Amino acid sequence: MTTVLSETREHDVLGIGARRRRTTLRLAVLTVGLLVTGVIAVGTGAIAIGPATVARILAHQLFGVGDVTWTPPQEAIVWQVRLPRVLLGMLVGAGLAVCGVALQAMVRNVLADPYLLGINSGASSGAAAAILFGAGAGFGQYALSTSAFLGALAASLLVFVIARSGGRVTSIRLLLSGVAVGYALYATTSFLIFASGSAEGSRSVMFWLLGSLGLARWDALLTVAALVIGGTTLCLTVAGRRLDALAVGDETAHTLGVNPDRFRMRLLVIVSLCVGVLVSASGSIGFVGLVIPHLARRLVGAPHVRVVPVAALLGAILLVWADVIARVLLAPQEIPIGIITALLGAPFLLILIRRLHAGGTA
Amino acid sequence: MIQASEVSWRYGAAPVIDGVSVAARPGRVLGLIGPNGSGKTTLLRLLYGALRSPTGRVTVDDDPLPRLSARETALRMAVVVQETGGETALSVAEMVLLGRGPHLSTFQRTGRADHEIAARCLARVGATHLGPRPFSGLSGGERQRVLIARALAQQATHLLLDEPTNHLDIRYQHEVLGLVRGLGTCSVVVLHDLNLAARYCDDLVLLGAGGVAAAGPVDEVLDPATLEPVYGIGIKRLDLDGHLHLLFHPFAQEAA
Repeated sequence: MTTVLSETREHDVLGIGARRRRTTLRLAVLTVGLLVTGVIAVGTGAIAIGPATVARILAHQLFGVGDVTWTPPQEAIVWQVRLPRVLLGMLVGAGLAVCGVALQAMVRNVLADPYLLGINSGASSGAAAAILFGAGAGFGQYALSTSAFLGALAASLLVFVIARSGGRVTSIRLLLSGVAVGYALYATTSFLIFASGSAEGSRSVMFWLLGSLGLARWDALLTVAALVIGGTTLCLTVAGRRLDALAVGDETAHTLGVNPDRFRMRLLVIVSLCVGVLVSASGSIGFVGLVIPHLARRLVGAPHVRVVPVAALLGAILLVWADVIARVLLAPQEIPIGIITALLGAPFLLILIRRLHAGGTA
Repeated sequence: MIQASEVSWRYGAAPVIDGVSVAARPGRVLGLIGPNGSGKTTLLRLLYGALRSPTGRVTVDDDPLPRLSARETALRMAVVVQETGGETALSVAEMVLLGRGPHLSTFQRTGRADHEIAARCLARVGATHLGPRPFSGLSGGERQRVLIARALAQQATHLLLDEPTNHLDIRYQHEVLGLVRGLGTCSVVVLHDLNLAARYCDDLVLLGAGGVAAAGPVDEVLDPATLEPVYGIGIKRLDLDGHLHLLFHPFAQEAA
C-alpha cells in the first residue's frame, strides 16, 4: 500500500495527481453537504419536521423502504410542497453558478454574471406581460414561465444577432450587445408596469423580478429545468480544457486548436438556453452567478474541468440556504430570495476582492 | 514546411503586407526581421492562420491551411504569441499542460505521459521551480519562458515564435533561441535583434515597406548595403570567430 502511494507521488511530477485527489475529496464533501442541506431545508418551515423523519419519508417515497411512522400531512408537506421547492433551488443555484463560470471565461471578465447578456431582462418583460396583461394565458398553469421564456428567447436572439453582425463574436462585442439589449428590455418592463396602473400587479412583478422559488411543483417545469441545467453542467465540464484556453485569450485558444469565435458562439447558445429556463422558473436571482465562480476557483484552482462541477454544487447549496432564510426570516411572510442572495453575496464578494489584492491567489 | 505565396493583409486602407511570399524549410530556422510596422507579426499571423489572407495561399506540408481543422493546425504548428493572458488564475504547470490539449480527445484528461512531457519542457526553459506558482504572478521573462515551454509541450511539427526574446535577459535570450535551434524542427521566429538573428537563424526574410526587401541565407541578407536603406541607420559588419556581428551608428552622428 505504502509503496503504491510513494510510486504515484514520484511520478506526479507537476503535483497534478495531488490536485486531482484534493478536488475529488472536495466534490465528495460538497455532495454530502448538498444532501444534508436538502434534508434540513425540507424539514424547515412553518411546520418543522425532524431530519430523521424527513430522511425516512424520502427513503420510503424513493425506494419504498421503511415503516410509516409519520402522519399523512407530514408526508404531504415533505413530498408535495417542500421537496420540489428545494430541488428547484438546487437546480437554479447550480445553473446560475455554471453559467456564471462560462460567461466569465467567454468575456474574460471576473465581473461577468449570467445576467450580463440581458436574458433576464427579456424574461422579466415576458413575465410582466403575463402578470399584468395576461399574456400567454393559453398555456394554463405554465403561462408565466412560458411567457418569461419567450421573452428570454427574444433577448438572446437579439444579443446573438447584434453580437454576430460583424462576422466575429468578440468578447467586447458580446458585452456591449448584452448590456444594450438588457437596458432596452429593462425599460420595456418598467413601461409595462407603468402602463398597467395596477398596484397589486406591480407588486407581483416586483416580487418576481427579485426572484422566488414559489413556482416549484412536481411538473414539467421542474423536469425541463433538471434536463437543461444538468445538460449544461455536463457540457461545460467536458468543454473544460477549451474554456481554459479561451479564458487565457483568443489568440492562445486559436494556437491551441480551439476556434475562439465558433466556440464562443456555441457557448452563447448553451448559456442562453440555460439562463432562459432558470429565469423563467425562478425570476432574476442575483449574485449567485457572480460570487460562486470565484469561490469555486479559490477551492480548486482555475481549470474549468474542476471549477464547473464544484461551482454547481456550491451554487446549489447556497441557493437552498438562501431560500430557507427567505422562508423563515419574516415567517409567515416570504422574502424574495434575490434580496437574501444579494445581502449574503455582496459582503462575500468584497472579502474575496480584499484577499485577491492582499496577494493571496486561488 | 510552411509556404506562403502572394499573401496580403491590410488594416483599414493601409496595406501592411502586400503580395508577400515566404517559405520555411524543414529543419531550418527562418527569421522574420524588419523595422517597426513592417508587418513581421502580421506575416506570422497569416502563416498560422489567425489572419486569413484574401489573396494567395498558405500551405503547411503542402496542405492548404484553411482545409485543416483547428486541432490539426495546432498539431502541426505550435505558436508563442505576444498575448500574455495576465489575468488567468491557472498555475504554471496547468498553463504548460494546455499545450497537450490538441493531442487529447474531448473526453480524455491529461495522463502521466502528458505530465512528464510538460515537466520536461518546463525543465528545458529552466522553469521547473515555477511549476506550482500562479502564472499571473510571474515576471515578464518568466512568463515568456513558460509560454515557450507550452509551445514545446505541444510537440508540433512546426514552431512559430513572435519576439520570443522580449522581456528576457541576455542569458535567456541566447538560451531560448539556442533551444529553438537545437530542436531541429522547422521554425519561424520574429526577431528585433539582428545579432540574435545572425547567430540563431538559417534563413532570413527582411521586410521593408509593404513587401520583402531581401530573403535568403543569413549571410546574404545581413549585408549593410541591404539593411541600411530599410532601417535608416548606419551599419558596420564584423566577422569575428566565425560569427557575424553588426554594429550600429546613426547617420546624423556621422554627418556631424
